[in-house]
Amino acid sequence: MMEPQEEKPIIYTMENKPIVTCAGDQALFTSLYTPLAQQLPREPMEWKRSYGRAPKMIHLEANFVQFKEELLPKEGNKALLTFPFLHIYWTDCCDTEVYKASVRDNMMRWQGNLRLHGSADWVIVVVETSDAKKKNKTNILPRSSLVDKIRNDFCNKQNDRCVVLSDPLKNSSRSQESWSAFLLKLRTLLLMSFTQNLGRFEEDMRTLREKRNQPGWSFCDYFMVQEELAFVFEMLQQFEDALLQYDELDALFTQYVLNFGAGDGANWLGSFCSPVKSWTGLLLRRPIDMEKRDGIQRGQASLLELRSYLFCRQCTLLIFLQRPWEVTQRALELLHNCVQELCLLEVSMLEGALDCWVFLSCLEVLHRIEGCCDQAQLEANVSHTVGLWAYATDKLKSLGYMCGLVSERGPLSLELNRTVDLLAGLGDEKAETVHSLQSPYKKLKEALSSVEAFERHYLELSHAAVEMYTAIGRMRSARLVGKSLAEFYMRKGDPEQAESFLQNALGSYVSEGWSLPVTHTRKQMAECQKLLGKTENYLQTSALLAGDANLTNEERIHFCQEILTFADQSTDSKAQKVALSMSYFAQLKQLQFRPATATVHSGTALQVELCLRSLMPVAVPLEQLAASVHFNLEQGETNGKTRGPQRRPYPGTVLFPLGNSSAMPPSAAVPSLELEEIQDRSPSDPRTLNSTGMVCKNTHLVMRRRDSSPSPDTPNLVSPVPVVMEDGAKMLMSGDVTLLPGNNSIVFSVPSQELGTYTLRQLCATVGQVQFVLPHISPLVQYEVYSQEPQLTVEPLTDQLLAGLPQRAKVRLQTGHYTVKKGDALQLTNIDSIPILTSSSCPATIFNSTAERVDESVLFIQSSDKVTSISLPPTPPYHTLEFQLEVLCVIPSDPVRPENQRLTNGEIHHRPRSYSHPDNHMTAINQRMSVDCPWSIYSTPISLTFYIPFKAKHSLLSAGNRKYIQVCLQNVSDVNFHLMDQRLTEKHHESSLELQSLNTKAHQLVCSKQSVYCVWDVRWKENMPVCLQCVFSASFSSASEEVSAFKPYHYEFQLERVTTLYSVRAEIMPAAGQQNCHSGSLCGLEMSITRLAEPDDDEEDDGGTEEKGQTETEEVCSTKLMYEVAGSSWVVYGRSSGLVSMPADANANHRVQVELMPLFAGHLPFPDIKVFKYLPPSANSASQPDTDSCVENGMLSLIDRPLDDQGDTASFCSQGSVHSVGSGEQQSRVLPMPRLEPFSPGQVFNHSQGCQVLVLPSTDDCVLEINAT
Amino acid sequence: MAVCIAVIAKENYPLYIRSVPIQNELKFHYTVHTSLDVVEEKISAVGKAMADQRELYLGLLYPTEDYKVYGCVTNSKVKFVIVADSSNTSLRDNEIRSMFRKLHNSFTDVMCNPFYNPGDTIQSKAFDSMVSAMMVQAS
Repeated sequence: MMEPQEEKPIIYTMENKPIVTCAGDQALFTSLYTPLAQQLPREPMEWKRSYGRAPKMIHLEANFVQFKEELLPKEGNKALLTFPFLHIYWTDCCDTEVYKASVRDNMMRWQGNLRLHGSADWVIVVVETSDAKKKNKTNILPRSSLVDKIRNDFCNKQNDRCVVLSDPLKNSSRSQESWSAFLLKLRTLLLMSFTQNLGRFEEDMRTLREKRNQPGWSFCDYFMVQEELAFVFEMLQQFEDALLQYDELDALFTQYVLNFGAGDGANWLGSFCSPVKSWTGLLLRRPIDMEKRDGIQRGQASLLELRSYLFCRQCTLLIFLQRPWEVTQRALELLHNCVQELCLLEVSMLEGALDCWVFLSCLEVLHRIEGCCDQAQLEANVSHTVGLWAYATDKLKSLGYMCGLVSERGPLSLELNRTVDLLAGLGDEKAETVHSLQSPYKKLKEALSSVEAFERHYLELSHAAVEMYTAIGRMRSARLVGKSLAEFYMRKGDPEQAESFLQNALGSYVSEGWSLPVTHTRKQMAECQKLLGKTENYLQTSALLAGDANLTNEERIHFCQEILTFADQSTDSKAQKVALSMSYFAQLKQLQFRPATATVHSGTALQVELCLRSLMPVAVPLEQLAASVHFNLEQGETNGKTRGPQRRPYPGTVLFPLGNSSAMPPSAAVPSLELEEIQDRSPSDPRTLNSTGMVCKNTHLVMRRRDSSPSPDTPNLVSPVPVVMEDGAKMLMSGDVTLLPGNNSIVFSVPSQELGTYTLRQLCATVGQVQFVLPHISPLVQYEVYSQEPQLTVEPLTDQLLAGLPQRAKVRLQTGHYTVKKGDALQLTNIDSIPILTSSSCPATIFNSTAERVDESVLFIQSSDKVTSISLPPTPPYHTLEFQLEVLCVIPSDPVRPENQRLTNGEIHHRPRSYSHPDNHMTAINQRMSVDCPWSIYSTPISLTFYIPFKAKHSLLSAGNRKYIQVCLQNVSDVNFHLMDQRLTEKHHESSLELQSLNTKAHQLVCSKQSVYCVWDVRWKENMPVCLQCVFSASFSSASEEVSAFKPYHYEFQLERVTTLYSVRAEIMPAAGQQNCHSGSLCGLEMSITRLAEPDDDEEDDGGTEEKGQTETEEVCSTKLMYEVAGSSWVVYGRSSGLVSMPADANANHRVQVELMPLFAGHLPFPDIKVFKYLPPSANSASQPDTDSCVENGMLSLIDRPLDDQGDTASFCSQGSVHSVGSGEQQSRVLPMPRLEPFSPGQVFNHSQGCQVLVLPSTDDCVLEINAT
Repeated sequence: MAVCIAVIAKENYPLYIRSVPIQNELKFHYTVHTSLDVVEEKISAVGKAMADQRELYLGLLYPTEDYKVYGCVTNSKVKFVIVADSSNTSLRDNEIRSMFRKLHNSFTDVMCNPFYNPGDTIQSKAFDSMVSAMMVQAS
């Protein structure tokens, strides 16, 4: 009856499968077993879960065992693994008789058994083979009828509990269909059974859990129950669900421990609080640690054992789930948690036992993970394992310290005893690892056995941890492990090894600005360096520590004392002094120049005040404080005139940015951007901007890679900066200074003999054998020594100097490097037009270089004909001497020719040194003086500009034969003047001439921008002189000054051809029969030209012109005149111009009639009548311009024609008619051109100038324009 | 409640660090400094694409035997680190989150102070008292 595969189920392996019992025809089943076992798991089945759990696809397997009554679970048995989930009855009976005879009874018994145990999960399989049918043909019933019978007998309304399997061993399609239907049924039933039985189990389990607050409830019992469920899930390969069960248990337990901690203790927890006797660590090599499980089952497990077992199960499941990294993570949590829980439950444990347990567990987890992953996977997931490595390292270290394995002497007996106790708690090595060379057990045992072995293991672990941390970029963690390695080495008396680790760690803390770790590590570093005898480094570190605010005062004083003690050592003088960076020792806070400009002329005293903040806790006596100065001679500095004291951009105080003390974050490590604006201007035109932008001046600092080793200029750096004091430079020295803690002020006197720029480069404080050097002073500190040539300037006191009046000018003498001695004098070469108004003395003021008034003095001025000598008071160099001089510029009597004067060669006639003021049109005069100065062999030219306040104009007025001269004097300045004594004189004092003033006022006020007119009547007895040379003179004084001397003003002018030669009289007559003129109708103009003076006057007049002379000799005593009529409101009918010949005798009269038409109505002014002198073309003026060129001038060409016709002239003259001229044009071509010459203003007097005539509008056409809007 | 609270600048230097038991101050400094490793790892692990919707809270950075270190990083890469005692098991994730939120708000206030120079160590009294409120009261 027993089948070969029927074995006693070993539930502790993962090969467990759900149990299915088989009853009935065993031989039949045996024949079908193989295909059944193969095909059952082939197709997945969807398992629908209760409680809203997600359905799962599941591959079902089963362990088919023969049905026995013992297999059926007894009442209260919670074991699920041995629970038969399905009972199958196999039969191939096809004979009703046989069925009735035996099979049915058998089935009845089977059913009865099942019913007795409350199991409803059964199925009856009827196997139908065609062979069997053939054998027994007689009693054969149709298969269906037998099945119906069975169903009728057993399956009470559960028809699906009976399945037919047809020809299972044949390879036909019918057989396959039958198989798959059967398997489907089997799977369905199995799942149904699972759902039902597990559901019932869970229900029970939950009920049990609900009772957990009742007395007598035991976690261990419950643990076993829920673990059973986990086992089933594991059996069904539902590892996720299995894990869930363990996690629930874990959480439940954790909660109890926490509650215990909160004072809510459960009784059953007592067993876990018992002292721990064994700390064997986790054991992950077995799927189930039965030893521990038994302990739990018996309620005797310790906390560590329970945790170990639980984790072991979780680990196994996680590895099944291919989640090894979760194992490491959970392991670390577990270990931490256990440590906390033991503490919380106050479980007594041997000191160090927990460390052993943690160490062993860490290594065990790592081994387990290594066992299931390949190398590449391990390397890729170092971040998951490194925590365990580090933890193990840490624990081994503390064990080592505890057992005296770290000290140089080796363990003491007390420590040896402790070691023995600890090893005892480990027990014997487990069988699994006995043969493994590297088991955690062996490692720990070995490590604790001797100092050397411990060192080997500890170093191995540490280095592994450092490497792993480094590999995954956790540099800080790596350095922390390194630092604890360094501590280990220091304990072992091996500072060489320690140094580099400390250095790494320190570098990291410094670069990230963690001041407390920096201080701590630096202290260790100091110790290490002291042991190593690295004096310089030790002093450096000591200096840093002495200034470290994180340390207590005592510690700081200790380190400071270390430096001072070293400094005081009287070593031989040959020995090199130790140079340290100043920034550790003191900070340069501020630097101040006196005077603040930091620019002095050579020889002046300049002081620099340093403010040094000492970081030392005690007063430090300095032998010497020196600043090295770089001297740079700048060429061109010496005679630079503009290089005044204003050049310096910053005032005399230079503030130094606070260097990052160790307490400050290294913001200095990230330098701030120094930005500057740039402008690109086009080279041709500097006003055009091509482009503009910002540049960063310190890109080399900003862009520097910062992840590599920290920059060497960080003052807090571990390794000392090689500090070199530059030799050969100029030094500022100050001896015997005591630097008190805090701010100190030290004053240097600065040499300033040589000219140039001085840059403060370095600062060095010497304490015995130690020098503290500040290698670079930044920002740049410079001062300048300069020299200046003496300078003399003269500038007007007011904004403009007026000519003609005494004006004040300020003379400023900047002495520069020259010392004005007593007896030095300025020699001014006098110019006539600008006399210096000398008072014998005038006050002078002396200022020093910062424009403070220093002294006042009196100047003595001596004047001779040619030279004015000003004797100067003694003045020190680089001072300014100021005094005022009164000067007067004589207005030149020959008038500065105004613009409206005549043209010569088309250019405006200019007096060379005068120009017009752009604003007020005052004429300016530049006056140059030369001054001989005592410091130079060359004379200094000085230029002053004066402005003439007046502008004069003259004009000649005529009334018939009488003449008047009018002078207009315009005040163009901004000042008001008094004017008196206006006089007009003739230069030659012709006796026959009398100028009679028509001016009433002798004294007048001329306001600014106003004019004064003066008129004189000219009378003469005999002949009028051809040329009158007149001088207008007046006295003026500024109106603002109360008592002021009147200064003369002269204006010379010349009048020529004054006498009236002709008078012109015109009359307009309306057309015949009309009383008035009408617009639009013709009227007549009659003009009469009368000669008033003898022609010989004329001859003298025009003496220069030969042509005229000739004309007069040829045509006896007649002068040809040309007239022209023009008027804007008149239209001339016929010719508007014509020639008349005037007889030479006086009172000769000529009348001309012209027809006109007025264009408008009203009082119309008479048309202009112009009279010209006509000069006929002369023979000798051969080169006449081409006529064409004259055509442009319409008027001239018009007159041209009649001129040729000599014969016409008479008729011309007699009639005055223009009509007669008209023919003979052709002849005129070759002849030279005649000329017209205007008369001088006084020579022709027009009687009808300004006359008007009334013109009535024409009666008929009256146009009225009306604009309606 | 926390035993140590630190604010760390973008450049990884401490803007503010305060811990409860004075004698352990150094240890906390080391712990917080080391935790920056994990902060950096987490920030870079989140990846650039996710940077926008990244959660500020980084969760448990790393547990030690005695302490749990939690981290949070602002968008401007300022890090907040809270160290809690491992034995203080009543501390829930939500509480830690709300502590970070408070810390962040208070830090924002500090930054809004026109007299505060970003990058300087925080000396605000308001911030200090807020931190004190979140710390375990040293008995």
